[in-house]
Amino acid sequence: MIATENETYQEQHATFQLQFSPAWLVELRQRGFDAFTRLGIPTKTLEDWRFTNIAPLVRRPYALASLAHSDDETTNDEIKALVQQATLDEEFHRLVFINGRYSDEWSLMHDLSVGVVIDNLGNAICDHPSDVQTLLASDHKLDDSTFAALNTAFINDGAFIDIPDGVVLDRPVHLVFLSIGSNHTVSHPRNLIRVGKHSKAHVIESYLGHGDAYFTNAITQVTLEESAELDHHKLQHEQVGALHIALTGVDQRTSSRFRSHYFSFGASLARNELNCVLDGEQIETTLNGLYMPKGDQLMDCRTRIDHAKPHCKSYELYKGILDDRAKGVFNGKIFVHQDAQKTDAKQSNQALLLSDDAVVNTKPQLEIYADDVRCTHGATIGALDEDALYYLRSRGVPAELARKILIFAFANDVVQGVELPAVRRHLESVLLSGHELSEDILSRRT
Amino acid sequence: MLEIKNLHARTLDIEILRGINLQVAAGEVHAIMGPNGSGKSTLAHVIAGRDDYEVTQGEILYCGQDLLGMEIETRAAEGIFLAYQYPVEIPGVSNKEFLRIAMNSIRKHHGQPSIKRTEFVSLLKENLSRLGMDKSMMDRSVNEGFSGGEKKRNEILQMAMLQPKLAVLDETDSGLDIDALKIVADGVNALRSPERATIVVTHYQRLLDYIVPDKVHVLAGGKIVRSGDKSLALELEDKGYGFLQELALS
Ligand SMILES: Nc1ncnc2c1ncn2[C@@H]1O[C@H](COP(=O)(O)OP(=O)(O)OP(=O)(O)O)[C@@H](O)[C@H]1O
Ligand SMILES: [Mg+2]
Repeated sequence: MIATENETYQEQHATFQLQFSPAWLVELRQRGFDAFTRLGIPTKTLEDWRFTNIAPLVRRPYALASLAHSDDETTNDEIKALVQQATLDEEFHRLVFINGRYSDEWSLMHDLSVGVVIDNLGNAICDHPSDVQTLLASDHKLDDSTFAALNTAFINDGAFIDIPDGVVLDRPVHLVFLSIGSNHTVSHPRNLIRVGKHSKAHVIESYLGHGDAYFTNAITQVTLEESAELDHHKLQHEQVGALHIALTGVDQRTSSRFRSHYFSFGASLARNELNCVLDGEQIETTLNGLYMPKGDQLMDCRTRIDHAKPHCKSYELYKGILDDRAKGVFNGKIFVHQDAQKTDAKQSNQALLLSDDAVVNTKPQLEIYADDVRCTHGATIGALDEDALYYLRSRGVPAELARKILIFAFANDVVQGVELPAVRRHLESVLLSGHELSEDILSRRT
Repeated sequence: MLEIKNLHARTLDIEILRGINLQVAAGEVHAIMGPNGSGKSTLAHVIAGRDDYEVTQGEILYCGQDLLGMEIETRAAEGIFLAYQYPVEIPGVSNKEFLRIAMNSIRKHHGQPSIKRTEFVSLLKENLSRLGMDKSMMDRSVNEGFSGGEKKRNEILQMAMLQPKLAVLDETDSGLDIDALKIVADGVNALRSPERATIVVTHYQRLLDYIVPDKVHVLAGGKIVRSGDKSLALELEDKGYGFLQELALS
């Protein structure tokens, strides 16, 4: 590791630790920082980083936003515009974080049923310290990740969602993470989500920004109790120039159901890790993803599913649409442990290359230690179908629209996996980039 | 309406069309027959604008305009319709949205507003029942998993919805059962009018019993080697193409 960035983070950490915090938290952060120092910034010589050269972006001197003085010139109008851009539905609970810190001013909370806690982590550390500690401590394979360690070193704020047993949350919870300002800011949001037995929730994370070359390093830890259900959506719309690194760890108990919907559009480099541990029987896990890099963007999608117990099902569908000189990486690990008989695991990843210079590296990785299982995986890489393009054009459809329609058609099954109409509409309009003919495509569900 | 003069077209490797001359006036139906591989589909695709073929000589005038300079979608918007010999599947795009997008693209080209939903639905319903097609096919992806005959009917449905000025039907009759053949012929005849013209490419005289052509042409070796009235089709059915091929080589 090169001294400079270590010193920057070191200095930040020392100052950060001077803030008043409970002793357990100070200690946890210190362990995080020690691990970060020990692990170092990953280089391309590491197998998991072979295709993703992170060093140049991590080495930029980032300022820890939560330490920066509030002399920021970002106007309320700019924040308002970003919040509006992110808003999916006014009926959703909305928690807004600006440069990693909760903003009461821009958030919007509706009434909650008894026992439900939806708050920011800063508050929860004071109000529910033991719950926070329990959730932070759950095993999400954070130990060997530099960036997870870095996040832990700077735990400060994020979302805290705790749903007691037997509650069906009537509104989705929308977490909006904004990065703004002219400094190279870094934020380390830490989100904790627990869904109690037989409870059900929808959570959406949106990331967007409007600043110079900033860095988001997020972790979301999810615990699903028996028969709990969670639909987790992530809409990654960071500004080009930004570095986005995120890890979502999911712990699932018996009969729980988790569905992830990951959509990646922004950032110069976005690396998303999603780890699910299926620690019970009759669990269902669905991981859907769509990544669409263009220009010089690089998007690295990594998933890991651990089938630890028998009779569980996992479905995974990841699609990439790559244009210009973009790069994509898909790495999908599925571990079927010895006990996990009758596992049913399906994985499919498909990439559509819109340009000759776009590159995708896909690596399915199945490790199976049980003998009575059904595991399949498939990967395809292709270009837009020229015959279909010609067919559409020969029916009067302009070439540019014909391309959009075919791209949309390719992405469609991932989008249709989303249950919430407001999220689906958002995605559809992103995909068709507001083309006026989009109503023809969107008409089918209205 | 359509004037083809000394048209030569080739792929990278081979010359396929070697001097086609053809004139189709508004209100007429022309049939093109000819052996496999003689260039019938190539001619149809050159009219539609497929860029796999390079036109090396000659010209095509459509309603007095230079057709070869127009984009594929402009040709379609200006009223040219090709019913494909091999219709293309488009997974993920439903038939219904395909039709709406096509109709609205063409309307937009003419500066007209999008078609009203109710108007579209009733027009679609009318054409579906005329073609004996099930409404459930509209929610399926374009041609995906359709039987050969269903694909051909689907082409005619598109034609009926888009109301082209010049329709080129490339072996639309192949793969159709007798009933479907009549339905398709009815569909073509319904479009017959003094402002429209149709070119039907076929191997079988049978279709021409239902769609009676004004002229019949025989394409062989990339040239039109014989033209005549509908009796030429009967003569061909009788004698085969053998004697014509010699003409093509001369
Ligand atoms: N894109 C292409 N690339 C290479 N060869 C082609 C291409 N298109 C057509 N050909 C060749 O040109 C010749 C004419 O083909 P075309 O499809 O026009 O024949 P056709 O008259 O329609 O035949 P059929 O009656 O069998 O449909 C054939 O030999 C064919 O193989
Ligand atoms: Mg043909």
